[in-house]
Formats: sequence, structure tokens, C-alpha cells
Amino acid sequence: MKKKTDSASLSSELIRRPIRRCFPIFLLPTFICFCIGFLWPFIQGIYLSFCNFNTPKDAVWVGASNYVKAFKDASFVHAFWNTAAFAVVSIVLINVLAFAIAYALTQRMRGSNLFRTVFFMPNLIGGVVLGYIWSMIFDAILKRYGTYLTANATYGFWGLVILVAWQQIGYMMIIYIAGLQAVPGEMVEAARIDGANGRQTLFRVIIPNVMPSITICTFLTLTNSFKMFDQNMALTGGAPSVMMNGAKVNMTELLALNIYSTYNINKNWHGVAQAKAVVFFVLVAALAIAQLVATRNKEVQQ
Amino acid sequence: MKERYSTASKVLTAVFIVISLVWIIPIIAVLVNSFKTNAAVNLNAFALPNAETFTGWANYVKGMTFGNYPFWKSVGFSLFITLVSTGLILICTSMAAWYISRVGSTVTKIVYYLCIFSMVVPFQMVMFTLSSTADTLKLNTPWTIPIIYLGFGAGLAVFMFTGFVRSIPLEIEEAAAIDGSGPLHTYFTVVLPMLKPTMVSVGVLEIMWVWNDYLLPYLVLDRTKYMTIPIHIQYLKGSYGSVDLGATMALIMLSIVPVVIFYLTCQKHIIKGVAAGAVKG
Repeated sequence: MKKKTDSASLSSELIRRPIRRCFPIFLLPTFICFCIGFLWPFIQGIYLSFCNFNTPKDAVWVGASNYVKAFKDASFVHAFWNTAAFAVVSIVLINVLAFAIAYALTQRMRGSNLFRTVFFMPNLIGGVVLGYIWSMIFDAILKRYGTYLTANATYGFWGLVILVAWQQIGYMMIIYIAGLQAVPGEMVEAARIDGANGRQTLFRVIIPNVMPSITICTFLTLTNSFKMFDQNMALTGGAPSVMMNGAKVNMTELLALNIYSTYNINKNWHGVAQAKAVVFFVLVAALAIAQLVATRNKEVQQ
Repeated sequence: MKERYSTASKVLTAVFIVISLVWIIPIIAVLVNSFKTNAAVNLNAFALPNAETFTGWANYVKGMTFGNYPFWKSVGFSLFITLVSTGLILICTSMAAWYISRVGSTVTKIVYYLCIFSMVVPFQMVMFTLSSTADTLKLNTPWTIPIIYLGFGAGLAVFMFTGFVRSIPLEIEEAAAIDGSGPLHTYFTVVLPMLKPTMVSVGVLEIMWVWNDYLLPYLVLDRTKYMTIPIHIQYLKGSYGSVDLGATMALIMLSIVPVVIFYLTCQKHIIKGVAAGAVKG
């Protein structure tokens, strides 16, 4: 990749020099907005995680004490394990179902395109709206058993899993269909001629060939689950909550919502909320880098 | 025609008709409940409206005018913010991507890697500082929020455009340069037309993001004056208990309809955009 750019820019001195002079038109607008919308808030965010502050102007340096408070906070620890459990369950559920649906829909079948349209549709609807649609449905179902969604953390957890599966299966299905369609037909046919049954063809021929799609979808569902916010807020908002070691813990809260509510509940905890956000960023970035490494390794093998 | 489908495939179709009901019923439930009285929704959300509980368009009328903020204003702001932000992102980041891949200096490499880096940073990391920065710079109105969207969304767009620009052969632009075409002219008459397929992919991803985004406009905009559709719906539900469920369902229906129309008309591009974005992101 790098080599390609170098040789390309060398051979194009003819067009390179005039373009360079147009820096203020081509690159500057995007770069200024990038600094306002990302770079400066990011740097300031790291600095403020070491400060006590109400607004960025009255920040007082306090060292690592915000991080100590964040890790001692029972609600943050609970949100972390909750997120991890949620991620594992939704990764398995979404990927298995999305692959099964994609596999079935790539067979010769009437109405296959219509089904794709239907399954993908929820991705166009925002997380807040989805949360309210499903909270109405779950409440209506649970009412028959004399209870409601936010009565029990287990309901909230599985409710969120169902909502997210309902939303994301269609998205992952699209990626799996693209992967399945790229498997050479001759290869599948050759396996059949050699006497492989349907199951052997699936596990020995098709699945190894769609491994890149499986990697992509696994990491997409992983990062999506870790960043989950809108659906979590709209479905249960973290309820119910219990007291644990003198701190209020919202039982169905995931990490992103925990950071947000920490900031809103207490003015003295703005710095702690920012420290939690930095920890959260490191976690998400580590997952993304793991994805990059895994994808690179796959590419080398091919 | 009929012989092409075996019995097994017919069974599969039947099975999938049942499965897709799981995807359709929630939407139908919203539609049905949007025509029922609040008490009827609370009592049994799955019952069809009868003569007593049927409200006609009353929920829609009530939802449109509920509270001190009319819903059509939120729709207008959502539309404006989505269209302007997407347009701005497409033009600015494709120009930046072309500059980055054609100039290839140390500065452009740094900018490029910063853009890639921004893709892995979750919004929670910057949300407090971003909203205070936007307040300080007076960017907290719908007219200026596209600048924030361009800044925070530049990463993915620059990445996708750069990937495509690198695959364009240089000879075409060299020929244009020899013919005396300046960079701006070359960009708009030669490069931009070739970028169209990537524009559509990036555009679809940005529209889906901005239209449904809740937290960024919620934190950045001055909420007493400006709302978008997700903020409006959250605001209605925020006062739980006192809220009219029938009217809320009517508003949810109103917010879904444009999205479904957009989806059905641009389905091909949307699915292509998603597949392209996934492979790269």
C-alpha cells in the first residue's frame, strides 16, 4: 500500500505541484472542521480526565484520582461486566442467525429479495425510536404475566439482546450474502461430486471460504455492542437500580450510558465521567486494533 | 417458471414468511396503536382498535401539536441537518482525499493517519468537550452543526474516498494537466464524475448516521430552540406516565414513513453502500 503511494506521487510531479498550491481549497476546510469536531475535543478530553471541573474553564489538576474513583465505582464495574456479557451473547446470537439466514437466502428460493428487504429495514430506524417500539411490545407481553420490563434486570438484559439482534441481523446478513456469493460455484460442485454431503460441504468448503466475512461481522457486532447507547437509554434507561456498597447501581446500564449518567447525576463527578470515557476509549480502540491485526493476518494467508 | 422451484425451496419460502413476521409485526403494532386511545394502548397493545378505542387521525393531530414545540419543526431541522451535513461531508472530504493521495507529503500522511485514528474513538470520549467547544464557537445551531458533523465524521469518509482515489489511474489527470486544466477544474470535471459510486456509498452511510443520531445534536444544539426527530421523541417519552402513548406511536410512525420511502427507493445503493463500508470499516 505504502509503496504504491510513493511511486504514484513521484511519477505525478506534473499534477502534484499545482495541487499542492491549492491546499487552502482542498484540505484546509476539512482539516479545520476536523480540529474543531474531533482533534481539540479529544486532546482536551484527555487533559480534563486528570482534572476536577464543572466547565472546561475552571478545571483544577488532580492527577490520577479520577481514575481511582472510576475503578472503585461499583456502577462502572457492573456496567463493564454487563457490557461484556451483552457483547458475548449478542455476537453469538446475531452471527449464527445472520449466517443461517444469509445461507438460506442464497439458495434458489422464491421471494429471496423481498426477505432481504424486510430483514434489513430496522437498520434505517434510529436507536431511540427502536427502543420505544420495543419497550411498548415487551411491556404488552409482560403485562399478561402481571409484570413489566423494568421490574427485573434479566428482562431488561434479554430485551436489549432481542432488540439488537432484531436490528443487526439484517445488516450482518448483507455482509454474509456478499461473502457467500463470492464462493466459487465450481468448488462447491467439486465437493459434491467427490461425495461430500450437505453438512460437509458447509463446514469444510463454504465456511472456510467466508472466513473474512465472519471476521468482519464478529468485530462489527463486538464494537457495536460496546458502543451501544441509544437503544440502551430508550429501552430501559438503566432501570431497575439497586444500592450496592452505598452507591446506586443501574442494573441494565451498559458502559456508554454509565459514562453519560455519571456526568449528569453529579457536578463533582464530571472529571470521573471523563476518566471513564478515556478508559472506554482505550477499550474500544484495543478491540479495533485486534480486529485490524486479525484481518491483516487473514489477508496474508490468502 | 414453476418447475424452477423444488418442493424444498417452497417449504423454505413458507418458513421465511413466518420468520419475517417477527420483523413486520412490531411495525404493524406501532401503526395499529397510533390509531388507538392512550388507555387502549396501555390495556392491550396487541388488540385491534374497536369502535370505542379507535381515534382516527386524532393522535396524529395531537402528536403534531403536543407540548410547546411543534413536530413539523423537528422534521424540518432533521431534514436540513441531514442534507446539509451529508452534502458538506461529501464535497469537503472527497476534495481532501484527492489532495491527500495526490500530494503524498508528510503533512498529508499525518492528516490521513489522524483520520483513521478518529474512526476508533467512540463518541463518549469527546462528547463533553465537543459540546463545550461548540458552545464557545457558537456552533450550537442547526445552521452550523454540519461543521461539527464534518469534523467528527471526516475519518470514515476520508478513508473510503482515499481508498478509491488511489485506484484511479494517474494518466487521465496528467492528460488533463497537459491540456492546461488547473487543479480545481480537473477535480470537478475529471475526478468528481469518477468518484460517483463511492459518493453514493459514503452518502448512504452518512445519511443513515446523521438522520438517526440522537446524542450529538442533543448535546450540541440549544435544545430550547432546536430539536431533531430523535430528540423530540425522547423528549416526549422523557416525561413518562403523563405521556400519551397513542400520540407517541403516531409520531414514531411519522418518523418511520420517510425512512421507509427512502429505503424502498434507494434500496440497491443502500445495500451496496453497507457492504462497501463494512469491508473497509
